[in-house]
Amino acid sequence: MDRQGHAYSVILLTFLVAYILAVLPLPPWLQWGRPDWVALTLIYWCIALPHRVGIATGLVLGLGIDVLEGAVLGQNAFALVVVALLSLILYQRLRVYSLSQQAGVVFILVGINQLICQWLQNIEGVSTLPRLFLLPAFSSALLWPVVLHTLRGLRRHYRVT
Amino acid sequence: MLRALLAILIVVGLIAADLRYNNLQSARAVLNTVVSPIFWAANLPTRFLEWTQTHAQTRTQLLEHNERLQRENLILQGRSQQMASLQAENVRLRALLNSSALLRDDVLVAELVGVSPDPERLQLILNKGESDGVFVGQPLIDAEGLMGQIVEVSSDSARALLITDVTHSVPVQVNRNGVRAIAEGTGELGSLEIRYVSSTTDIQPGDLLVTSGLGGRFPEGYPVAVVTEVERDTGEAFARVLAAPSAALDRTRHVLLVFTAPESQEN
Repeated sequence: MDRQGHAYSVILLTFLVAYILAVLPLPPWLQWGRPDWVALTLIYWCIALPHRVGIATGLVLGLGIDVLEGAVLGQNAFALVVVALLSLILYQRLRVYSLSQQAGVVFILVGINQLICQWLQNIEGVSTLPRLFLLPAFSSALLWPVVLHTLRGLRRHYRVT
Repeated sequence: MLRALLAILIVVGLIAADLRYNNLQSARAVLNTVVSPIFWAANLPTRFLEWTQTHAQTRTQLLEHNERLQRENLILQGRSQQMASLQAENVRLRALLNSSALLRDDVLVAELVGVSPDPERLQLILNKGESDGVFVGQPLIDAEGLMGQIVEVSSDSARALLITDVTHSVPVQVNRNGVRAIAEGTGELGSLEIRYVSSTTDIQPGDLLVTSGLGGRFPEGYPVAVVTEVERDTGEAFARVLAAPSAALDRTRHVLLVFTAPESQEN
């Protein structure tokens, strides 16, 4: 039981840091370039510990982002559930991919996240599809190696299983 | 697989509930309170930088700043001396015209705690909430003009939508001649689009637009924007008018929440 609690607190801490990074004030010209920290963290934990982190986590995380962003409740939840689902389906393959291949998949996953959010916003009534909406997918893919190594280091150091 | 389907069902249900039936407001309020520490934590670097800046100022700088503020205060107080008599005159004239009397709006200072991280949503998070009397629909102004309105309230914080958000519109009138129009947000911080202005209307770049009070949400008379561009195409029914907001939407740290005193009916 102690082992389990310990694992969850480390994972929870990483998600908290991801939230804070997601909300950190950035100058307007940098705002679209912000990587999707929460999605990156979710993807990592789904690949590393698919039996602990999965769809329910995606749901709750998404709701948190919805509240932070002021979006319709469920918008980001839907997107992150889809991302978690895809990560869980692909985790075995992703584990053996090279770093650049993984980054490519991360780009696609975060791209899907952005796309779903844009569609839902369209339904909500915000009609513009900004040209830069895939920029977060690019920056997330670029930062994937950093996220991977940091979280993997944490996982091994704290022996999270 | 089953879990995924269940999750998707829950999520679709939530979206439908929030979008069509709008009855998740109280849940949002609670959730907002739960996640507010995250905004607080995200603000720490900015606050630290500000703290070092204030403490790095020399005594001379502080004295100078103080003197400047005192002068400014004196000028503002001098200007407002006439306010009392102007207000009384206004009440008398309105009574003569048989209109209901307008009382002065009261303001509450609030501080910006965060900004919505979604670059498409122009929303601010403030540190005053229901316990301070903030309500949904309350107008928000800064020293220069209208900033937006409150869209969500929890017990200690509130979310405001800026006038430049795509989903926001303000009924305005041209200060010079009373021409009425609607100022819609474009999603960009520096520009508003003024809609329903026919090609023959008298409106020019440089005109000040103020709230018209129509629609009941924003009290009349607050500066909203200054017209920057007027494009008249004789083939189109409406002119394309762009305006720049008067308020410093991206630089204001402290905002004012407006409490409109209820109008007394004279009729």
